[in-house]
Order: sequence, then C-alpha cells, then structure tokens
Amino acid sequence: MRTFANLYTRLDQTTKTNAKVAELARFFDQANDEDRLWTVAILSHRRPKRTVNTTLLRHWAAELAGIPLWLFEESYHVVGDLSEAIALTLPKARSSNEAGLTYWIEYIKALDKLEEGEKKQRVTDAWMQMDYTERLVFNKLIMGGFRIGISQKLMVRALAQSTAIDENTLAHRIMGDWTPDKTTFEDLILTKDPLEDVSKPYPFYLAYALEESPDDLGLPEDWIAERKWDGIRGQLIVRKGELFVWSRGEELVTDKFPEYHPLADLLPNGTVIDGEILPYKDGQPLTFNDLQTRIGRKNVTKKILEKAPVVLVAYDLLEWEGQDIRERPMEERRALLEQLLEQTETHGVLMLSERVNFSTWQDLEPERQNARQYHSEGLMLKHKGSPYRSGRKKGDWWKWKVDPLTIDAVMIYAQRGHGRRANLYTDFTFAVWDDKQLVPFTKAYSGLTDKEFREITSWVRRNTIDRFGPVRSVEPAHVFEIAFEGIRKSSRHKSGVALRFPRISRWRKDKPLKEANTLEDLHQLLKLYEEGG
Amino acid sequence: MALLEFTNKGIYCPPADVYIDPWRPVRKALITHGHADHSRWGHQHYLCTHSAAPVIRYRLGNVNLSTVKFGEQTTINGVKFSFHPAGHIVGSAQIRVEHKGEVWVASGDYKVAPDGLSEPFEPVRCHTFITESTFGLPVYRWKPQDTVFAEINDWWRQNQEQGKVSVLAAYALGKAQRLLHGIDAEIGPIFTHGAIEKTTQVMRKQGLKLPETRRIIQQHKSKDFEGSLVLATPSATGSNWMRRFKSASVGIASGWMALRGTRRRRAADRGFVLSDHADWNELNEAIEATGAERVAVTHGYTNLFARWLREECGLDAWEAETEYEGESLDKDDGEDTENEKDA
Repeated sequence: MRTFANLYTRLDQTTKTNAKVAELARFFDQANDEDRLWTVAILSHRRPKRTVNTTLLRHWAAELAGIPLWLFEESYHVVGDLSEAIALTLPKARSSNEAGLTYWIEYIKALDKLEEGEKKQRVTDAWMQMDYTERLVFNKLIMGGFRIGISQKLMVRALAQSTAIDENTLAHRIMGDWTPDKTTFEDLILTKDPLEDVSKPYPFYLAYALEESPDDLGLPEDWIAERKWDGIRGQLIVRKGELFVWSRGEELVTDKFPEYHPLADLLPNGTVIDGEILPYKDGQPLTFNDLQTRIGRKNVTKKILEKAPVVLVAYDLLEWEGQDIRERPMEERRALLEQLLEQTETHGVLMLSERVNFSTWQDLEPERQNARQYHSEGLMLKHKGSPYRSGRKKGDWWKWKVDPLTIDAVMIYAQRGHGRRANLYTDFTFAVWDDKQLVPFTKAYSGLTDKEFREITSWVRRNTIDRFGPVRSVEPAHVFEIAFEGIRKSSRHKSGVALRFPRISRWRKDKPLKEANTLEDLHQLLKLYEEGG
Repeated sequence: MALLEFTNKGIYCPPADVYIDPWRPVRKALITHGHADHSRWGHQHYLCTHSAAPVIRYRLGNVNLSTVKFGEQTTINGVKFSFHPAGHIVGSAQIRVEHKGEVWVASGDYKVAPDGLSEPFEPVRCHTFITESTFGLPVYRWKPQDTVFAEINDWWRQNQEQGKVSVLAAYALGKAQRLLHGIDAEIGPIFTHGAIEKTTQVMRKQGLKLPETRRIIQQHKSKDFEGSLVLATPSATGSNWMRRFKSASVGIASGWMALRGTRRRRAADRGFVLSDHADWNELNEAIEATGAERVAVTHGYTNLFARWLREECGLDAWEAETEYEGESLDKDDGEDTENEKDA
C-alpha cells in the first residue's frame, strides 16, 4: 500500500493538473498490472462494494484510540472526513506491511461474509500495520468517496502518457461493464478491441455551458439548435440481437426501462444511439421529478409504467452497421439518424430530437427564454462539422440554458460544511416572509466565495441565537438571492414548495431585511412554472 | 473566594490585586509571554521573565516593566508568585500563585516537547491548573520536530531544483525563530519579511544563535531570491507582497495543517504540522503531571476538552471564558480577525 499511499500524498500536495497527471503516469509506469488495473477501476468509480458500515468503523476506531465515542464524533465533525478522522485518531502502528494495493482491496472484499467480531479483528489488525496515509487510503477504499482531484478524464490522460495509447481509445476501452476480477490490465487496456464486448458503450460527449451570447460562435448556418431535454442522458446499444441501455453515469440501466426492450428486434444490429431518457405521456414530456421517482423504485411495476412511461429522444448516432462513426461530421451522423428513425416503426418509443429552426442568433433568444414551456432546460448548440468527442470538451457543443428562477430570501439557520470547508459555515436555510413571520423554504450551500464564507462564518459565530447539534439559528439579518431550476408543490415542506437545484447566486448586502420576497411571491412562481403542471 | 478568578478584564488574583495576562487595562499585570493576546497595551505596570522582556518592550514601547528570573519568588500582599518555563516561545512562563497553602498555576500557552530554543516546559505541582485547549482533540498529535524539519528541508531542496522560491508562512514571534533554528541553513540563502526580521533582531540581541537572514526590501529583484527560503507572515502570503517572486511554492507551518481540509482551504502548496502549542497527548500529560484536581480550560476546544477531563479523567474541570486566541491562521500573531477554530 505504501506506493499507492505515496501517490495519494503527492497528488494531494499539488493543485496543478499537469503535475497530478505526471505523478499518476509515473505510478502507472512503476506499478504491477494488478495494481494498475485496480487504480484504473477506483478512478473510474468501480470501487469494491462496501463490506463494513461506517458506524462500526467509528466504534472500533474510538475503542482502539481509547476515547469515548462522543469525543470521536466531535473530532470527526471538526475534521469533516471520516477516513481522515480515523487515521488521525488511531494509536501508532505496531508493525508495517509491504503488501500492495490489490492485496488490501482483496482483504477488504473478503470481509463481506465475516461475522462482526471477525470483521473487527481484521480491520483493526490492518490499521495497526499502517502509517497515517496508508490508513487514510485504506479507510477510503472501505468507505468509497475516493476524491483526490483526479477525474476519470485525467486518469485516462495519465494512462495515455504511460502506455502511449491514444486517449480516446483508452477512454473507450475503460467504458462499460467490467471489474478487475473479470479482466486483466493486458486484456482491458493494452489489447482489447472494445467492440468485442457487445455491451460496451462509447464515452459520452458532454457540452460546456455557454456563459456569453452565442454571437462569438460564428455563422449561425454552421450550427444546429435542439432543445435540451430534462431527463437522463443515455446510450442505447443494439448488437448481436441484444439491447443495452447505459446512463451517463456509466450505469447499465437496461432493466429499468422495459419500454426500450422491443428495440432489440426493431433496430438493426450494430446501432448505437445517444439520446435522452425522457418521461413522456400524452404527447408531452413529464417532469424530471416523475422520472426520478420511477428510478428510485426497486421494481418497475405496471402502475409506474402507466404513470411515467419513457421515450428515448435521439440526439446522435454513434455506431451504424457495426461501424464506429463518431469521427464523421455531425451533419452526416444526423442524416443517418433521421433516415434510421424514418425507416423504423418504434411506436413512439424512439423520437428524433427536433431541430429548432433559426437563421440569426437573435431568433434563438426567445426560444431559450421559453424553454420552461416545453419542460426543457434551454437549448443545445452543435456545430455541423463536429465529430462526437469523448468527455467534456469545449468548442463544438454548447448548452445554452434558460436563466434560473430567483428569489431573495433571509438566512435563518447555518451549519458547518464538510471536508475542505469543515470549519466554515456553508450550509444555510433560507426563509421568506409570510406576513411578519419568516417561513423556511429551502437549504442552499454553494455559490459564495471562500472569502464570503469566512465573512459569514465569523458573523454566524457572533450572532448565534441557539444551537441544535451542528446547526445554529441566527439573527435574521442577511438577504441572499437564491437561484433554482424548478419549483413544485410539496406537502413535506412547511412552505408548501420544493425547489430544484437551489443555490446561492449572490449576497444581497444592498437589500434590507424587509424587502426579501414573500411566501406569496413563491406561490406565484409555483403557479407560473410548476413542474408537471 | 477563589485564589484566581476569571473576570471581564482578565485572570484576577483578589488577595494580591493583580491580573495575569489581562485583556483590559489594569494597574498591575503579570504577563506569561509576548504574544499580542496575552501581552496587551495599556497596563500601568508589567511583570514578566527576563527573557520575555525584550520582545514585550519592542512591541509595547516604553512601558513600566519589571522582570524576574525563572523560579524566583515575588510576594505581593502575602501572595507568592513565581514564573516557570512553559516551552511555548522564548521567555514564556507558567505563573504559579500560592496563598495560604493553596496553589494555582496559570499556564498561558504551552508545549511540552522541547524545541531547542525556548526554555523547556517544567511541570509545576498545584491544586488548580489553568490550561489552554487550542489543540484539545485527539486528532491533533504532533510528529517529532526533527521529522517536520526534514520535510521542510526536502521541500526547500526540491523547490530549488525546480527553480522555485520556498515561501514559508509563520508567526513573526516564536514560530519564525523556531524555524530558523531548526532548518538546514546550508541549503541556501534565507530571506525574511520585515516584521519577522525585526522580531528576530530583538531575539538575536538577547543572545539567541540564529542563522543569517536578509530582510526583503523593495530593491530586491526576483533573481535575488533564486534558491532561497523566505520566511513570511501568514497575511503576506495572501497579498501583493508575493508578486516579487517569479515562481514560488508556498508552505505554511502550523498545527492546523494537521487537517487536510484546512490545508486545502488555505490554498498552500504544502502544510507542515508544527505548533508551539501542546498536542492532545501533551495536554493530557501536562495536566496529569501537575497533580491538580481542578482544571480550568481556556481558549480552544474548551467545552469538549473540559468534558473529557471531567468524564474520563475524573477531574473537576470547567470551561473558563477568556479572550486568548491560541494559534490562528488568519492573523499574524494575535492582532486581528477570527480564529480558525470553533468549538
């Protein structure tokens, strides 16, 4: 574990992307194949399943450290990261262990079937053979949440540097349904033809948000516009008579959407479509909320299928007649897609993402602003000559989102953040006026700068009225503008509404407390924009 | 009546009518050490150790200051006072107070492990001990300072190889001199921020052997700093002052660097865990060594540490309200703004 722990330390010691990639590439150069493969797996979110729950880990750590549980919990709250809190609290190791990453992952996996007492023995044995960083890494392997500032994209870049294989090829090879138990570094990374695995998806091409007006994009006739649908991005694959559906999170979701199953016979083999999994009924899209409720269910019942049926709105064609056509220009791929959809009767399950026509950029502005009418999030702009790239890339595709809804609200509760912001108050509850009362309606945390968080933290400490565990109620004094993407009725909230993606957009220091918005304003927004209304 | 009381002006001794480290102006103040939150302006009379005096004079100007030797007894209104090494910075003391057979010790700020520069901490037997709790949680446990200095030396050498200046942020009083004393001065030239240079000069004059340093002035060009270590105040590292270095790696030396979250929030390239305050183990050892049955817990994780002492160590421990600040990352040594901690 030492080598991997050292890697972790070095990655943690720099904020510079190139330095991180170079460190990881060096690790790939030196590690054995097993450890390399596991590293690829961990950094592409293929962690071993959790075999010990965190409550047990907390108890064992406190016991081993000789401190009462309450003190451990308080310490954890200050540290903000459980793996780290445990690593910092445990007594000095009794010995060391030279085993590598794979050994410890197998060790963790083997805990699964054991009795609690045996688990405890194994985990504490492991801890007592490790130094601080090894423990930290070991705990993170057990608990997941392995964030070290290396995205999958950067990992692929490092792997490319180490193997001299092109990044796009690697990005493709590591997609899909594999785990280190079922393959080898040699097979997966070095030699495998990705198309041998019939289920293997292509990496998704993701767009950046367009912050400015599209005027700088060049000639409007070089671009197409589509609606940005508010569902789940998905990839539908038909190969050798089998159908696979992947979500953008690289999860195989075929079973969740039986509506698509007939497509296995309707679409020709060697077809891969990129599209949006969208709940759709009576000729119009339902809300994201409907889809979310459906996904949350374990079984797809008949009732759910009736209540929130899905379609696939097709954006792009990635594979055609068994050929990877991602390098062909967008326009050509789209022509093939249109032709395919015309020729195939799918009873409405497969729909084309219609183009939004325009001749000047100005034509598009009202279309973007009206997006909510269509239950869409705005527009997608795609260059006609663009290939289908891997990952998030700037230049050829842009999402041009509708402006968020906003409301001015009063901060009434504050709570400390986690991790990097463990000692700052970063999570706030906001309220609006209902006559002379303040009614809480949402929580929001991101959106302020570190400097603003420090300022508000210092203020919170001085203006606390009451404490409930980690939460403090504060003097109502500060008004913040809250931005959000949607609003719906909710019986669970006192205010009667629930917001989608609420975040702080700015601190309205200019605004007196009395001029914050009211509950009535909120209900007015609900009437205008209610999701699913 | 207690021998020492926590009042709104400071720690007060009624029979002697004197204060220890008061934060409002008083007639007579006994001062543990020269950090700004313990040694404030405006008292009519000050008493501290010989070795704490030069810095206090330098900072407060021409104040009415008397000094005593460590261990020497001073009697005021029948109350016996003596100063004993606290190991926090040079000259820092715990103040022992004895009256009618009852003994209290006010320890100010302290650390137990010797740093090679400050007079090493001495446990003093007492009935009631007043302890800080800046790092009073079990997650704070320091490595031996030699290990930390080796890390700093390696970082400095590595930066040299990469053509970067090593800028290390530290308190002007105490931490900066400890670093100067502990690092390997053979590696390259050492520059200092003005505030650090001045305090260092004062301490050299009182006989401390510290490696040669050069104060940074406007005329210095970026190439003058090649291969050097720069000691800077924490506030300077976040300011325009940094522009003089073409390419720099910024390190912070502080106990708070034990937490990854704090380290990352300060956007430092490297955090070195080095504190002049006692860690969790030292706090517990120090308290045990006093033999005290009663413990007043001041600045830091007061409520948690007091609860630990009460419930787990069987001591009569309570939280005492003071205006001391312990180790902070947002100020240079005690003057301004909020503290990093919140407990």
